[in-house]
Formats: sequence, structure tokens, C-alpha cells
Amino acid sequence: MAKFLLPLLLGLLAACAHANEAAPAAADPALEARMTRITSELRCLVCQNQTIADSQSGLASDLRQEVRELLQRGQNEQQIVDYMTARYGDFVLYRPPLKATTVLLWFGPAALLLGGVFTLILVLRRRSKLADDQFEADPEPDASPADEAR
Amino acid sequence: MSKYLRFLIPLAIFIALVAFLAAGLKLDPREVPSPLIGKPAPDFALTRLDQPALTIRRADLLGQVWMLNVWASWCTACREEHPVLLDFARRRLVPVYGLNYKDQRAAGLRWLANSGDPYESSLFDPDGRVGIDWGVYGVPETFVIDRAGVVRYKHIGPLTPEVLRDRIEPLLRQLHG
Repeated sequence: MAKFLLPLLLGLLAACAHANEAAPAAADPALEARMTRITSELRCLVCQNQTIADSQSGLASDLRQEVRELLQRGQNEQQIVDYMTARYGDFVLYRPPLKATTVLLWFGPAALLLGGVFTLILVLRRRSKLADDQFEADPEPDASPADEAR
Repeated sequence: MSKYLRFLIPLAIFIALVAFLAAGLKLDPREVPSPLIGKPAPDFALTRLDQPALTIRRADLLGQVWMLNVWASWCTACREEHPVLLDFARRRLVPVYGLNYKDQRAAGLRWLANSGDPYESSLFDPDGRVGIDWGVYGVPETFVIDRAGVVRYKHIGPLTPEVLRDRIEPLLRQLHG
């Protein structure tokens, strides 16, 4: 059994080692910082609630490496973002661009809030015009339940 | 009139809300629309999985309608897809090329030998570079490319007989016609 297990474990270890990213952070801290800043604005497509900077998925690590290389080739942030959207679409952007298809996304919440405020004002105005006897009388602050029953 | 409105407005809002939620239930958040549709297929030059000495380029495949299926020996969903793909390839409607994504040559070849090879040939992309250019984020994925080298369709996830029958085959008839 151990005869089979040992190579298997060694193989796993090799696979793990292989999975580690090349170009460690210490190599160029400035580059690493720029890479992290850019990839924190990009969504990982494999685990969609994480950024490419955070994700442990294989694709995210490949894309981090890709961003490093693009930066080394002298590309600026916008060029890298364009590179990503050309491949994965606007979906990778945590800040989607303002377009005809995203108007609802950008202004929907504000429109809902305005609608709510407008409705509230209407209701309050109408209420303020009502006569006093339309409302339920306020209970006497010191009235006991026994008094009310009488 | 205003008596009816009192009920109709909340009802209308409720129906709209239900419609949005119902539509939201049917959307699959994993299916990200590909920006490649309608655009020229990304360039590549990769060696054949079975013949490391031979390179296949995008230009070699121009002038024909072809399909690219992204697969890997480590991909479990590909196992589910495989019989469907074998069946489809047997009908010879279109040449299906494989993109062996982030795999090892020996493992890929063994997998094809064991479970059958539906591909015209498979392109070997060990570091996933070509995969990135094609916007691959989950294996399997399938692309349909027309004669001019333009990506016409992308399917994410395992192919099913329904997708082939309802989406891909009509498109192939149109592209061939």
C-alpha cells in the first residue's frame, strides 16, 4: 500500500508546487502593487463573487500573470482593462460602463428612491389636509385599561 | 376611478416585481455573454496534441465552417459531454477541433484513447494562453466559427443533444447554405 501511496503523495506535492505562481511578489513590489490594484477591479469568472486579485482559481492566477506581463511590456491600466473586456466582456468589470444597456443598473436604485420619496410626500400632504376627526384619537397618556373600558 | 387605482397600482407593481424575479430565476449567472460573437476568432498557433511537430494556425482553418471544443482530461463535465460529442462528430456535419486546455500531453492522449476521439485534431494549449484569448473560463466550452473566421456562437458548459439540435445544427445549416 505504502508503495503506491508515497509516489501518489509526492505527485500531489509536485502538483501543488507546480500550481504556485511564478514571479513572487518580492521580485518587483511596485509591479506587484500595480497588478493588484488593477486586478482588484476585475471579477474572476470562475468564482464570480471574488476579484481576480483575491481568487485562488487557476484562471485568476493565469490572469494575474498575464497582467504582470502586460505591465512589464509597458501597457497602461486602460489598455489592460480593454484587453480583459475584449475577452470576457463588461462582466469582468466591477464598475460597469454607462451604456444604453446599463442605464437601469446605474440609475434604477436612484429612480426607485425618488419614487419612494415622491409617494411619501404625496401621502403626507394628503394626510395633512384631512380633518382631525378622520384620525383615530390619541390615547390619553395616563389612561389605564380600566378607564378605557368604562 | 381612484377606488380602482388604489388596488390596480399595487397589483401592477406586484406583477412587475414577479415578472422580474421570474426572469431572474431563469438567468444563469455562470453564462456570461461572450464579446467574441460576431468578431474574428482570436489568432493562435498551437501544436497538435498527437503530433508535437505539427502546428495548426487560425489561418489554416479559414474557408470552412468549424467547431472548437475546449476540453481537458481533468475536466469532469467533459466526461458528461463526451458521448454527445462523439455522437455529433460521427454525423460529420462539421469538423470539430479540440482545444486541450491546461492539460498534459500524455494525460490528454490517454483520455482520448480511453474514451474515444471525436476531434478532427486537438490543439495543445498547456499554459492556457490561447484559452485566455478565446475568453475561456470554464471547461467545456464550444465555439462555432464560420468560413470567414468569425465566431458565430459560443456554448458554455457541456453540450446537450438539445443545444446541438436547437441551436448549433440550425446555425450550421445557415452557415453552410
